[in-house]
Amino acid sequence: MISIENVSKSFTLHNQGAATIPVMTGASLQVAPGECVALVGQSGSGKSTLMRMIYGNYLAAAGRIMIDDVDVATAAPREILQLRRYTLGYVSQFLRVVPRVPTVEVVADPLLATGVERGAALARAQVLLENLNIPERLWALSPTTFSGGEQQRVNIARGFAYNYPALLLDEPTASLDGKNREVVMTMIEEAKARGAAIIGIFHDEAARDRVCDREIDVTGFTPKAAA
Amino acid sequence: MSPLLNVDGISKFYGHRIGCKDVSFDLYPGEVMGIVGESGSGKSTLLNCLAGHLAPDTGAVNFDTRTNGMCDTVTMSEPERRMLSRTDWAFVHQHARDGLRMNVSAGGNVGERLMAVGARHYGDIREQATDWLGRVEINADRVDDRPTAFSGGMQQRLQIARNLVTGPRLVFMDEPTGGLDVSVQARLLDLLRGLVREMNLSAIIVTHDLAVVRLLADRLMVMKDGHVVETGLTDQVLDDPQHGYTQLLVSSVLQV
Repeated sequence: MISIENVSKSFTLHNQGAATIPVMTGASLQVAPGECVALVGQSGSGKSTLMRMIYGNYLAAAGRIMIDDVDVATAAPREILQLRRYTLGYVSQFLRVVPRVPTVEVVADPLLATGVERGAALARAQVLLENLNIPERLWALSPTTFSGGEQQRVNIARGFAYNYPALLLDEPTASLDGKNREVVMTMIEEAKARGAAIIGIFHDEAARDRVCDREIDVTGFTPKAAA
Repeated sequence: MSPLLNVDGISKFYGHRIGCKDVSFDLYPGEVMGIVGESGSGKSTLLNCLAGHLAPDTGAVNFDTRTNGMCDTVTMSEPERRMLSRTDWAFVHQHARDGLRMNVSAGGNVGERLMAVGARHYGDIREQATDWLGRVEINADRVDDRPTAFSGGMQQRLQIARNLVTGPRLVFMDEPTGGLDVSVQARLLDLLRGLVREMNLSAIIVTHDLAVVRLLADRLMVMKDGHVVETGLTDQVLDDPQHGYTQLLVSSVLQV
């Protein structure tokens, strides 16, 4: 489902003396449907960078990032938008929303984007919010004023609203209490069971051991410092 | 799927100064494109060339018309272009007073565009106008008030209602949220986003506000000194800018 071959990435800072910082080279990995792969490595080793390249958020300098039959590294913006709408979901660490939009609509949004009828989309959003223990009195409010944990749960609900065949999870269980962590674990297991290919970053080792089938250490993709 | 708008090599010069140079892109149905850059970068010149307000010196702006397929709007006759600009096209000005008749009632402002495309039944026109005022969150009891009695944010929403009432397929927006305070801006953005999805609108939004494009635009084009320096997916251009100027632009935004 997800196949990455020989991807490299560097950042060029034009306004700081055109410094070029190579951050990744020769990154390759495969994820099959129904499989969950964890990216591991210390902070700053490039886990999030790799994940962002897969989502098309960062531009890969070289290599192929195949998701289904689309190469994210070379696809046109509208192909990537299409891919994000129907194939590739992403739960980021931070929630970014239009101010004023009620939580339930934020969660239903990915479904509405795929053309699901409004009533059905909102009903699904309510089920998700309920499972993630967001009190019903908050559903009509914008999540911008919610606590960190609540925002993250809204973000997870949004990421799981549509059944994407491929999912990227950036620390989905950070800042969650035990009960909600358990809910999220179950959601990930259900996604695997329906055949989703998942790449995740988990700092929580117990969570990682429970849902992930394999680990890939991204420090192996770090360019060797020029001697 | 074929593009709704195909822009091919548009240039505009003011004497020997460059307004915008050699701009080309495709816009597909339902797609929202943002054009960003500092003042004087040629954003508004380009938008005005695309919308037929300025004649470009070179290039073609091909639009997929309902009747004749792809037509170059630069070379089409004036009556044809005017017809297009009151049916399939809409233009939202930065200053609402440029896009409204300030001495005609709110209902009249919306109704005028309907009458321009042939509506004559007063009851129907008034009903549609009132419906649209509701959709842009203006109370029905304000239908007979003049825009001079409206706040800036209300005037902007009225301008949007006036533009969208004829069901256009392509909307040009020049700094639609400029000059509005942030709470009004948020409300307007939310409204625009909803309308874009509901009506499957394509839009080109010129702005210098990067937060606005992040929320509204699918794609981004960055201009400097009349040239396009970078294009791409909105979040990619903002999160991983490649060109030195874009990097400067993104890093200059003040964090709230």
